[in-house]
Order: sequence, then C-alpha cells, then structure tokens
Amino acid sequence: MATIYVDDRPYEVDPGKNLLEECLSRGLDLPYFCWHPALGSVGACRQCAVKQYRDENDQRGRIVMACMTPAMDGARISIRDKDAAQFRAGIIELLMSNHPHDCPVCDEGGECHLQDMTVMTGHNYRGYRFGKRTFRNQELGPFINHEMNRCITCYRCVRFYRDYADGKDLDAFASHNHVYFGRHEDGVLENEFSGNLVEVCPTGVFTDKTLKGHYTRKWDLQTAPSVCAHCSLGCNTIAGERYGQLRRILNRYNAEVNGYFLCDRGRFGYDFVNGDRRLRQPLLRGQPTGAPEALRRAAALLGRQSRIIGIGSPRASLEANFALRTLVGPRNFFSGMAAGEDHLVARMLRALRGARVRTPSLHEVESADAVFILGEDVTQTAPRLALAVRQAVKQAPRTEAMRLRIPRWDDAALREVMQQQKGPLYIATSGATKLDEVATASCRGAPDDVARLGFAVARALDDSAPEVAGLADGDRALAEAIAGALRAAERPVVISGSGSGGEAVIDAAAQVARALGRERTADLCFTAPECNSFGLGLLDAMNTSEAFQRVADGLVDAVVVLENDLYRRAPGAVVDAMLESAQVIAIDHSAHKTVEGAAVALPAGSFAETEGTLVSNEGRAQRFFQVFVPEGEVKPGWSWLMELAQAAGRNELATLASPDDLLAALARAVPVFAPLPEHLPTAAFRVNGEKVPRQSPRASGRTAVQADVTVHEPKPPADPDSPLAFSMEGYPQQPPSALITRFWAPGWNSVQSLNKFQSEVGGALTGGDPGVRLLEPGANGYAAYSEEIPVPFERRDGEFLVVPLYHIYGSEESSAAAPAVAERCPEPYAALNLEDARTLEVEEGALVEIEFDRALYRLPARLSAGMASGVIGVPMGIAVQGVDVPAWSPCRKV
Amino acid sequence: MLSMLRTIWTVFLHLFRRPVTVQYPEEKPYLPPRYRGRIILSRDPDGDERCVGCYLCSAACPVDCIALQAGEREDGRRYPEWFRINFSRCIFCGLCEEACPTYAIQLTPDFELCDFDRQSLVYEKKDLLIDGTGKYPGYNFYRVAGLAISGKDKGASENEDKPVDVKSLLP
Ligand code: SF4
Ligand code: SF4
Ligand code: SF4
Ligand code: SF4
Ligand code: FES
Repeated sequence: MATIYVDDRPYEVDPGKNLLEECLSRGLDLPYFCWHPALGSVGACRQCAVKQYRDENDQRGRIVMACMTPAMDGARISIRDKDAAQFRAGIIELLMSNHPHDCPVCDEGGECHLQDMTVMTGHNYRGYRFGKRTFRNQELGPFINHEMNRCITCYRCVRFYRDYADGKDLDAFASHNHVYFGRHEDGVLENEFSGNLVEVCPTGVFTDKTLKGHYTRKWDLQTAPSVCAHCSLGCNTIAGERYGQLRRILNRYNAEVNGYFLCDRGRFGYDFVNGDRRLRQPLLRGQPTGAPEALRRAAALLGRQSRIIGIGSPRASLEANFALRTLVGPRNFFSGMAAGEDHLVARMLRALRGARVRTPSLHEVESADAVFILGEDVTQTAPRLALAVRQAVKQAPRTEAMRLRIPRWDDAALREVMQQQKGPLYIATSGATKLDEVATASCRGAPDDVARLGFAVARALDDSAPEVAGLADGDRALAEAIAGALRAAERPVVISGSGSGGEAVIDAAAQVARALGRERTADLCFTAPECNSFGLGLLDAMNTSEAFQRVADGLVDAVVVLENDLYRRAPGAVVDAMLESAQVIAIDHSAHKTVEGAAVALPAGSFAETEGTLVSNEGRAQRFFQVFVPEGEVKPGWSWLMELAQAAGRNELATLASPDDLLAALARAVPVFAPLPEHLPTAAFRVNGEKVPRQSPRASGRTAVQADVTVHEPKPPADPDSPLAFSMEGYPQQPPSALITRFWAPGWNSVQSLNKFQSEVGGALTGGDPGVRLLEPGANGYAAYSEEIPVPFERRDGEFLVVPLYHIYGSEESSAAAPAVAERCPEPYAALNLEDARTLEVEEGALVEIEFDRALYRLPARLSAGMASGVIGVPMGIAVQGVDVPAWSPCRKV
Repeated sequence: MLSMLRTIWTVFLHLFRRPVTVQYPEEKPYLPPRYRGRIILSRDPDGDERCVGCYLCSAACPVDCIALQAGEREDGRRYPEWFRINFSRCIFCGLCEEACPTYAIQLTPDFELCDFDRQSLVYEKKDLLIDGTGKYPGYNFYRVAGLAISGKDKGASENEDKPVDVKSLLP
C-alpha cells in the first residue's frame, strides 16, 4: 500500500496501479478515453491530464497523464488545478472540432462516454470555424454499424480487436488527422468478439446494428440482470426490453466470469425472443387454442391413474426442471439430454467432484500461464473461453516482460517487449481450430488418438499413471513437451469438454489434471453442451434414450416435454415413434417439430420472460431475472406445470407456488444444491424496504405508450417472484451485485459507469461477484487414474469415423433463430482431409453421401487440411442433429 | 375608513375604462406565436419530416405523455415510425420543444383542445404532422448533421470537408 495526495487529501492506493485507475477506484471523477481497465494504458488521448507536484512545497507542478503515471508512494497530484482542468477542456475542444452534429441520430446518444466527458470538462461551443473532416463508412456485416465521422482516435477499437481478441480484419489506416479505423475493405467483421466494439468504443463509431433495427435509448430500456443462455459458460448479461420486444444484450460485468467482454453469439443471439417462430398461444395438435381448453385437454392426459413421465431440458432453468421432476416423480424424470451427452456430462462431473482437480472460473483461465486443450474447439462451442485462452497465451511473455519492471497497466511498453511471443498452448483435436494460430503446437487425430495423447501426457507427468501402449515416437515427444510446459507453469489449465463426443477424451483430460494435481489442486475446465447441462447433470436423472425405451416398452401413457426439441436428441424415426405411441404435452418458447407433433403444446417464456437458475460449466449457479411481461398466453415453464398439476387434480406441486419455493425444495431434495436458497436473492429481498427498479428514473412515455388503446393508464404489472419491479420506482441507488439492472451513475451515462460499481477498477463488484460455486474439489472424492486407455485409431476401408464439428453461429439452437446470427450460419457440409478426399475422388463442393445412425445424408464436401485422416467432420445443428457421434459411416461420392 | 373610500373611488374610476372582456369564441384573442398550445410536428424546408426519432422530447416530458418508435428509411433518414402524444396528460410546459434538436416538435397558439372524450385527445403522427416548417423556417437538420442521406453525401453538409482519401498519406 502507498499513500498519494489528490488535491491535498491522502488516499491509500496500490502502487502497482496508475494514478487514473486509483483516482477512479477512490470515486474521483477524472475524464479519460484511451485507457481501458482490461486493455491498459497507452496515453494516446491526453484526456486524463492532472497536475503533479514534486512535494508539498512545489507550487508550480507539471501536467502529467494520470494513466501513464504510477501511483507511487507520496505522489501529490491535483485534479482540480486550473491548468489541468483547462488542458482537459482544451483536449475535448480539439477532439470535438471535427465531431459531427450527430447526437440526435447517433445510437450512442444517451450512453456516450464522449458526451459524458464533454459535459464533465465543461466544453460547450465549437470555436473552430473551419470545415470538419469527414470519412466514408464501411458495411461491416449484420452485427456492427460503422459511422466513422464520430471517431476521436483513441485507438481502443484496434487495441481490443487486434491486441486483445487477436482479430485481423480491423486496423488503423492513413495518417495524421486522417486516421481511419475499419477494415481494408467493406465486409463482415470476422472476429467472434466484434460485438464488444460497441462497448469498447467510447463514441458512436461502432454501434449495435441489431439494436438499430428497433432502436431505443438506454434510458427507455426496461432492463434486468440476465445470464447468457447460448453456451455453458454462463456469461452475465443485461437484457433490455421496450414495447414488449427484447431489444439488446449488454455485458454485465462479473470479475470471475465474463469480465468486460461477451462473444457475438451471446450478444446478438437474443432476437429469437422476438422471432416469428415463437409460440404465443397453446396448440392442440398444431391448431391454436385458448389456455383453458389446452389445460383441460392436457389434464385429461395426466389423470391420477395414467402413467406419465417427464423429459426435462439442459436449456431450461433448474426451477422448471425441478417442477417437472416433482410433478412426475424422480423415477419418471429424464434429463432431456441424449444418452451420449448424458454420459459425457456425468463423466465431467465425476472428475470435477473428485479430489485433486478444481474447475477454474473464466478469469482464472485468463490468468493461466500454460494451457492444454483436448478435443474441444472452444472458439465454436464456448466462445468466451477462447478469448480467455488468448489472454492466457499472453500471460507467460507478459510476466517475463514485467521482470523489466514495467507495470502491468503499461500496455504499450509491455507489448513492445512481448512482441509476438506466446506462452505454451497445446491443442489436440480432430479438426482445425481457430486457436491453432496462437498455439505452441496443435495436433490432429481421431477422438481416441486425442485421448491417447492426453493419457501419455499424464504418464509423462506422473510415473504412477498407466502407460500408453504403442505410442508413436512423435507423440511421445509431444507428450513430453506438453508435460514439461505444464509442469513448469505456475497456473496450468487443462481444457476439454463434450465437443469431441469422446468419453475417453474427457477421461484423458481428467487424467492430466489429476497427474498435475498431485502436489496442489490442478485447474480442469470442461465445456458442457448447453447452458444448464451441468445443472441437469447434478440432478442425476436418466437420459432421453431411456425415456424412449420406456415409451417403446408400452409403459407410458403421457409424456411431458419441457423446453426441449427431441429431434435434436435422437434420430427422427425414434422421436416419430414416440410421438405416435404416447400422448405428448410439450412446453416450449418456440415452435419446432416436437411442439408440432405434440397433442398439447403450451407457450413457455424465454430467458427474458421468466426467471430461473442455471449452472455454468464452472459449476456456478447463477440467477437470471425476468425482463418483461410477455404478450399472449406465454408463461414460465414451471408456472404451466403448476397449472397442469392443479387442472389434473394432482397435488405434487400443491405446496410450491413460486420459483423460490421450487429452489428451496430442490435444495432439500438434492444436497448439492443446498447452498442455493441462501446465496441467491429471493423474492422477499428488499433494499431499504424497496424493490429494485427495472426502469431508469428517466424512462419515458408512461402515459402515452398504451394511450392508443386506453387513456386510463394500467397499473404496472406486479412481480411477486423477484426483488425487481416493472417500474421506475424503487431503490434509487446501487443495488447488490446480483441485482444490477443497469450500469449508470450521476455524470456517467455510458457503460464506463461500471467503475462506480466495482470495489476497485477491474476488481470484484462491490459486495462480491454474484453466483454460487457448487463444485469444489472434494478431499476424498474419486481420484484414481483411469486404466481404460483406448487403442490407437485405425482407419477402415470405405468407412469413415463421423466426428462432430461446431459453429459459433448455427450450432446452438436458439441463437440460430436470431436473424443476425442466422445470416452468419454456414451452409451444411462434410469436412474431409485432403488425402481422404483424393482417395474418394471428391472435389471441394462435390456431394458425398454418408449414412449413420439410421439416416442418410448428402452433403457438399469441404476439403480441409486441418482434418485428421480417416474422419469426416459434420457441423452439428447445421448438417445433422439428434445423432450419436462419433460413429462409423460409409462414405461415397454421389 | 380612508382605505374604504379609496377603494370605492377606484371602483368608480373603472366605470370609465374600456372593458377588457373579449367576446370569445365569436372574437378570437391575439396570441403570440410562441404561445404554448397544441403541439405539432413540422417539416424541414425540403418538405420532409423533421423529427429524427431521437427520443429527447419524450425523455424531457415531465408527464411522460410522448411515446414514439424510431426507424430508418431506405434513404438513410431517421424518422418516427409512430409518434403519439396523449394531450389529456400534456401540461403544455414546452419542455419537449426545448429539448428537440431539430425544431420538429413545436407548440402552437391553438389552445382549443377541449373534448368530451379523453380518448380523442390521443394524437398520432398523422394528427400531429403539419405541412410546413412552423416557427423555424430555415432549419434543416440533415444539412448540419454528419449522417449521409440520399441526396446528401458525406462531406456535403454545412462546414464539412470532402471525405478523406484513406489511401493517401499526404497532409
Ligand atoms: S473508432 Fe471508437 S474506439 Fe476506435 S479510435 Fe475511434 S473513437 Fe476510439
Ligand atoms: S461465451 Fe457463451 S455464455 Fe458467453 S456470451 Fe458467448 S454464448 Fe453466451
Ligand atoms: S408540452 Fe410538456 S407536457 Fe406537453 S408533451 Fe411537451 S413536454 Fe410533455
Ligand atoms: S425531440 Fe424532436 S427529433 Fe427528437 S424525437 Fe422528439 S420531435 Fe423527434
Ligand atoms: S486516458 Fe490517459 S491519455 Fe488517454
């Protein structure tokens, strides 16, 4: 700790930080542009000027940039000093001399850091009488809008896009006051994290194009804390609604999880909520009907004597799943995961609940200094994790550079030393991955070979691990190298997941972590298939195949399917047969084949219209809140289940009336969930006796929005299920961290106001980051080495092993229904190694025929040097769905 | 006593003053153009809608009686897809006019807004939009703003230089 004096007041500060960070952390207002807590300082904008004095007798002082000056013990600075204030106002005046008269038509308006800083410095009239510089804009694809005139040349965009996210197609062009930020030519921004430009750019150059399609100002959005439902990482988001439509997703900072950044699937995948595939009315065999009629029919199917089962869903909340489990009884409840998926999740959980390994948070992955990825293409299956891995790769060289006594925040200097050096990252997968470009080494193999490499690494780390028989010399050397890098690292992380479809791959990753964890617990990070896969895994239910079996055996009269398209879990013929032989009641937010084939379909709320709890891949249980009250007869899944039970005269759910009740009952029924009710905010929670408002105090149009229907303003909807209110009334100050509905502070309208919500800049949210970790290393849990090492993969004549491939846009069900994301979905294909393609005599784009899991597919071939030999990659959710892969298949040229 | 007499005297003098009563409605009073009555949405000198859907009027309105949805036309102009004022709530404070950066929303001297039915005091865009510039004849937001619209390219606004050639390194 050090003491600095700001305007003659002493402050305790961290000497490892710079003056700007420390001033902001102490709640002082100091304007800035180019510094970003995650990107560090470069001193490009000259906005953060303060006066620094040598000692208390120094009257003159000198102007320094706060972001480039360490917070050294005894430093004396003044923010209020006249010269410094004038300097800052002068800088803004210069920046504004070319700024267009755009605020009314600028999507950043009302949440613009440039507006805030201009007001803060007091500059108001343009004194420069000459022409304004102008630029032409670029068309950057479906996510990002470009309006280059508004740029203030802070360089944040390229520093995020290139330096942080390793993107290639955004750069600074031209020179002097003509510097241009864009692509070399019009075209889609390729990086998976381009959406963060919206928040990183302090002006309206880069704005959210999907928001523009239904534009609303920040102050008019009704917002609630949410959790991204598009992959298993559970990034925290803020979802905003206006006029009954979900309008945008913003990042919700959580130091442990997503920090400052989201991926584009999470940010732009929300539009399915407004889509035309939404179910807004109950259906009887596909025909719209009213709720009473639908409930009556459904109740008739669920009579006391009928044998019913329930199929839950890894994309539905714990509450909804548990309501179903309670309704049908644990012995009739199925997780909704396909058999393969279920086994993978069970294996991952077993490893994580065992001794010696610990699941790291995304933040911990970011600070790892050696990474080994087994079988998972994280960029496509858990995108935000790939961004974390990209930071981990920079960790080792940065630590090295910091030996030169360069502080952590001095980004430009660190990069100068680091250059292109990369820390150890090893990747073993069946197909090429985007992370290969930053990997120390990446190797390709069928899932079994990937697993064998993992087992070999474990063996190289620990002699007591079983030997891998018949390992090629090259592989052994690679395994030695990987083991060496992991051993040498201070915080190694092993990453794997369900993406390869191979159970052996998961076991191998666990083996490496266990071998590493002999001395101290090792970090083992698994990605799961969906946003609540781990939640369902912890519920420990049977899988969907077992449900199908039970129906086929004639032991079932009716099936309740909760938020699940069974055609994504099993081959079509199997699901068809089930829909034939049992009466199905489907509850979901969107129409799909299962809903269409169901006897009764009930419209459930999406993540934005309900609240619930999801368990992320870290084992972190997090609550998302309802953003708005949906139109039509849409209700939360658990609410439909309660009504169903009541209509059918069943009393299983009679004592449970709210999500809180469900969670409490879940905590009693399944011990692993015991901490939940205590740690997650309940509906009864109040701050100073008040609820937390979902609307800003400036929300407009209250007496006009519905005036076309009636001039008598209806009462705002009540929310008995959460501590939030559908209103602008309520606790006016900062709520507890789990209930942050928006980032805003007086004078800070943009997302930069986040500084005011953190205990210190870049640190935890005040009061701690939300979420409860459910998986901690068990002292005496399972930790034995697995002896089941697969034999080497052998290619077969005329047959190929079909392996799953994933795409960030398209493989995940709900986001793929959002128009902007759908625009980025690839066409179906089958990926083949060049060699294999030559043997089969297929060329790029030629149709190949593959047949597995009782279905025949004709797909255009995509030749890829990055595919392992003897395997065919098919994009999941795009070319195929509901299949159990890896599987052998013949392959012919059509 | 004295004050009573003075009062009577004053009242007596008023017998010889000109009456101020106006025979409304037969006779209309003169109201200055800046009188705050019925609200209209005006057009710019080119005849296109002035409102760009910036939501500032609705944010400024103390009784929250303005609601709208912003949209963008093919030609790049922002406009309100719909625009509603609930005059049964409006207090004619004029804050919306003051907030409007484009002179689109203006209060007019028409105060005759009584109705028996509150519902008919809800005005939609078609009821609000007039065919003229209102009080501010010259102003055209798009001639000042940096946004390009069809017919006005980048660099063609007032006080703007031609777009930069990004490929040139010359000063
Ligand atoms: S585009 Fe935005 S982030 Fe990039 S330099 Fe300009 S103002 Fe800064
Ligand atoms: S990384 Fe996953 S959880 Fe995070 S925003 Fe993207 S899809 Fe959502
Ligand atoms: S005059 Fe005042 S009350 Fe009426 S619409 Fe404008 S801001 Fe609202
Ligand atoms: S302030 Fe003016 S331009 Fe903005 S929405 Fe209102 S009327 Fe339209
Ligand atoms: S923030 Fe310090 S120079 Fe830009």
